[in-house]
Amino acid sequence: MLHVARWRVLAVIIVSLLGLIFALPNALPQSVRDSMPSFLPSKTVNLGLDLQGGSYLMFEVESQVVYKARLEAVADDLSRELRGQKRPGELGASKTPILFAGRGLTPDGQVARVTIQNPADIPEAIKRIETLASPVIGLTGPTGRTDLDVKAAPGNVVEIRLTDEAKVAMTRRAVSQSIEVIRRRIDETGTKEPAITRQGVDRIVVQAPGESDPEKLKRLVGQTARLTFQMVDETVSPSEAAAGRIPPGSILLEQPGRSEEPMVLVRRRALVTGDNLTKADPGFDQQSGEPAVTFQFDGAGARAFARASTDNVGKRFAIVLDDKVLSAPSIREPILGGSGQISGSFTIESANELATLLRAGALPAPLKVMEQRTVGPELGRDSINAGATAGIIAMLLIVVFMILAYGLVFGGIAILALTVNLILILAAMTMVGATLTLPGIAGLILTIGAAVDANVLIYERMREEELAGRSTALAIDAGFKRAIVTVMDANVTALLTALILFYFGAGPVRGFAWTLSIGVITSLFTAILMTQVLVAAWYRQTKPKRLPI
Amino acid sequence: MKWPFIKLIPKNTKFRFVRFSIPAAIVSVVLCIASLVSCFTLGLNFGIDFKGGTVVEAVWDKPINLAQVRERVGNMNLRDVGVQDFQEPNQAMIRFLPPEGADASATVDAVKAELRAIMPGVKFPRVEVVGPKVSEELGTNGALALGIAIILVVLYIWTRFELQMGFGSIVALAHDIILTLGFMSITQLDFSLTTIAALLTIIGYSMNDTVVVFDRMRENMRKYKKMSLGDIIDLSTNETLSRTIITALTTFLALLGLTVVGGETMQVFTVIMLFGVFIGTYSSIYVAAPVLILWPPKRGAEKAAARTEADARP
Repeated sequence: MLHVARWRVLAVIIVSLLGLIFALPNALPQSVRDSMPSFLPSKTVNLGLDLQGGSYLMFEVESQVVYKARLEAVADDLSRELRGQKRPGELGASKTPILFAGRGLTPDGQVARVTIQNPADIPEAIKRIETLASPVIGLTGPTGRTDLDVKAAPGNVVEIRLTDEAKVAMTRRAVSQSIEVIRRRIDETGTKEPAITRQGVDRIVVQAPGESDPEKLKRLVGQTARLTFQMVDETVSPSEAAAGRIPPGSILLEQPGRSEEPMVLVRRRALVTGDNLTKADPGFDQQSGEPAVTFQFDGAGARAFARASTDNVGKRFAIVLDDKVLSAPSIREPILGGSGQISGSFTIESANELATLLRAGALPAPLKVMEQRTVGPELGRDSINAGATAGIIAMLLIVVFMILAYGLVFGGIAILALTVNLILILAAMTMVGATLTLPGIAGLILTIGAAVDANVLIYERMREEELAGRSTALAIDAGFKRAIVTVMDANVTALLTALILFYFGAGPVRGFAWTLSIGVITSLFTAILMTQVLVAAWYRQTKPKRLPI
Repeated sequence: MKWPFIKLIPKNTKFRFVRFSIPAAIVSVVLCIASLVSCFTLGLNFGIDFKGGTVVEAVWDKPINLAQVRERVGNMNLRDVGVQDFQEPNQAMIRFLPPEGADASATVDAVKAELRAIMPGVKFPRVEVVGPKVSEELGTNGALALGIAIILVVLYIWTRFELQMGFGSIVALAHDIILTLGFMSITQLDFSLTTIAALLTIIGYSMNDTVVVFDRMRENMRKYKKMSLGDIIDLSTNETLSRTIITALTTFLALLGLTVVGGETMQVFTVIMLFGVFIGTYSSIYVAAPVLILWPPKRGAEKAAARTEADARP
């Protein structure tokens, strides 16, 4: 009768002690934690950005741009195939040319189209275009599929689309490359470690804790930083170009910060791109003394630039960053050394930023900010304090209430179980690396209210059993056995909703789900096991004739 | 001895709950209809989590001239601009939607620059930008979470109890959610992600309450095979009454602590939870159980009895 297995007693003691050890670092100041022996855990609970302050940025990789680039390349190459020209290094006789016209991309950039003059040539044209396709590499290796879907369409047109597999693979690659680039950029600045994670198919989340300037972070992370060197098209006058007379193969680009020449007409083809840079550093223009960025090309880049500058002495070229002209200097003499300088309207800070971006490399596709949440560190600290005050008030109210309701012994046991429960929640969250957020604190406080429910159910049942005429010991025993079924049923539903919240919730709400679900599990332990052990111990000590409730 | 005061609550209450179930049902139905009408006419006050848009909180060392802010931000070609004072005169909250097709994140930077120009040294303790695609997804996910939670909870109750009880609990859940939404619609409280968390917690709380009453009914149906269902419901509700009241009180006390936590979202959370605890307690007694009178569960089902017996043994 009222025998509690020894393992239960041991389990309660061991789990409570472990909980205390793991939860303790949270209550200690940093200096004490640092001086603790290394075998003791010193990890503290992760605080969400809403509590420690910081920025959360979610970007979407605009994979459409990557798809479009691939189709543009195909549209360029297909003329060679249709004309029957040989590829560089290809052996054998040239094929018969197929006449075509109207080659290009649809306005959305997702379909390449070419019109074949003679309908009889269409099957052969499709066959030749298909040779341009490349195999799709999936996560586990080659998929056995190619990236192009070439089909005949009405009006002697052949349409080329990317296959779904190719799109998936290209997006995945673009996201991985972007994460690499972002990591390099952030490492370059040496700021406090932000977390960069992939989310879903085409999204990247950057979380920077602490004091942070979200605008700077966005410039650093979100800028594509595609640097190109392009010739300025001087065949038409600026006013003609502005009026819309743009020669094929050229494009009119903005030149911000230069009121005397707001737009520059440049050739589309890039002489050299930022991929060919080996070095980029902030510096100063030797003549004007203004901030500038100096750079060094790699071997291939230096050769290409030397050739282009030798052929075009006296003409102008443009240094273009993300489709905006930084500067458009004249080539006074061939530039052979492979190094140069970008001057534009820079400040020291912006020259520094550009050098960082160039060193880290360009993003494969532009990133678009989908969501931004920034919380100042002071606001975070206020939230923590408010949360702590709320917790203390709730705890005090419940302590008073439980002692009034159930007396010192049973009320005390419930409060002890509740306290251990809170310690266990904190310990579990620290151990598994869960994040505590402001809604999470709310969840914790709500758990204070809900966790005593199990004790209440058990006590009420004991009371009933005693009123039904059982002896004290039998009433306690029966009270536990009967109430546990109810406690379990009641808690499973709570756990179910908490888990759903965990799965669907984002950010702070997920923190709420963490505390709620951990709280349900730990409260089962403290309410059932711990309360039972304590009540049994009390019974053996005092041998009461009646329950004091 | 009257202390502990649990002894003040009479143990053998004999309230005839079922007798009032018809008026209660009428009240519930009327309130549900009113809630639905309010949801469809007044609508819910969706925050930026679900509507998309931008919220900027500004703090300055001097009182903020809201009219000036309103004018400057209003001239920036933004949509749905709202400028409010916020807690203290040196704080302001600015909400807006970026111009159609514009980059929301760049727009907020422009607004911040504009505010810095009129209030040098102004700080922005909170900036939230939610793009239209994200808000749409958050909305879908929120609705999905609520739907799946209801289905799972009902399935659980069905397997642990009876089909009829599963039905009773789904009616109670629908009742709680509709009334809470109606409450949010009438008060025009900000409907955010945290609200979804609150709704799910209310589901959990309400079910917890319902399960405790159902659990006792299951037991009493076995114990008193001849007793009428109405009497079983009355008896079970009375037997669990002191627990129901005490748990509602402790949860209420915990929430009382939470009211000191500042921030609009947490205040809204607390208010909704307080409402939900009240409604959840009511619905366990007056919605979930009376539904069983309309569609009575099978009595003395041997399988259910055997299962409960087995559960009772540890």
